[in-house]
Amino acid sequence: MRWLRSVAREIYGLFVDDGSFAGAILVWLGLAMAGLPRAASNARWAGPVLFAGLALILIESVLRFARRRMK
Amino acid sequence: MVIGLGQLEATRMGTTLVASFLASLVECVEALTVVLAVGSVRGWRSALAGAAAALALLAAIVATVGPALTRIPLHGLTRIPFHMVQLVVGAMILLFGMRWLRKAILRAAGLIAMHDEEVAFARSAEAIREAEASVAQLSKGAHRWDKIAFGAAFNVTMIEGGEVVFIVIAFGAGGAGLLLPASLGAVAALLVVAGSGFALHRPLARIPENTLKFLAGVVLCAFGTFWAGEGTGIEWTGSDLAILWLAAAYLGIALCLGPLCRANADVLVEE
Repeated sequence: MRWLRSVAREIYGLFVDDGSFAGAILVWLGLAMAGLPRAASNARWAGPVLFAGLALILIESVLRFARRRMK
Repeated sequence: MVIGLGQLEATRMGTTLVASFLASLVECVEALTVVLAVGSVRGWRSALAGAAAALALLAAIVATVGPALTRIPLHGLTRIPFHMVQLVVGAMILLFGMRWLRKAILRAAGLIAMHDEEVAFARSAEAIREAEASVAQLSKGAHRWDKIAFGAAFNVTMIEGGEVVFIVIAFGAGGAGLLLPASLGAVAALLVVAGSGFALHRPLARIPENTLKFLAGVVLCAFGTFWAGEGTGIEWTGSDLAILWLAAAYLGIALCLGPLCRANADVLVEE
């Protein structure tokens, strides 16, 4: 049982170090799945919009960590 | 510019191979450090046997799970639509890659400590010595096989190797024919690291682990975004070549974020 728990913890740790960061990525992907291809006025922009959202999540998370570490 | 189908295939296979090699290299270096520590403290026979047993098990997992995943879109063996597979695989690669890239940026900015293979080696050796002291009575030549050494080497190879298997399956599941370049990339990483470790008999401290993680994170994020996008129904301009601009864009952002973090830190220190 302990072995299973440690395997589960390892697998979880592969994808998540900061819960809010991982959560934001999944929420953004969910929103993208719900309507991005239809919502983007020009289909060519759907990909760049998906990327921009993910890039913003990364930037916010890194800067938030930096601010918290320096306080 | 007209791009032929063959060129697209070559780009897709080439980027899959390089991405799998880079990502796997990081994991192999980490596993080698612990196997070396175990071998140098408890003896090589059991340490190498433990690592080899884990590698055999992992190879069996890839051989079983990998082809089953890539058959989903080709033969319709299951009722799972291919776009859902792409979305799930893309999301997993994104979570994995973004986590690596974020950590590499924070390390490059000096906000968290760099990973040092020499320190990791010393820590692992110390942990093994402590375990050795606690079971000294069991190991005084009573067994031909050293269970502690076998178990420690097996565990670390399974954990780090499991991450490599995930990388191979994730990249391989992106389309027909991609499992082979993904596997070749991982095997090449394993051979490079094992060969270097065999020749040097010491941790590969000179491998720029953070730079590798940074680059692998960029490539993983590009692949993850591409496949998650395909899964959500997005049609990428330039098809697979979009992976290249995505990688360039992630790289640009990641390179800018380090100095930006340091500038933020300077402002806070001045305040």
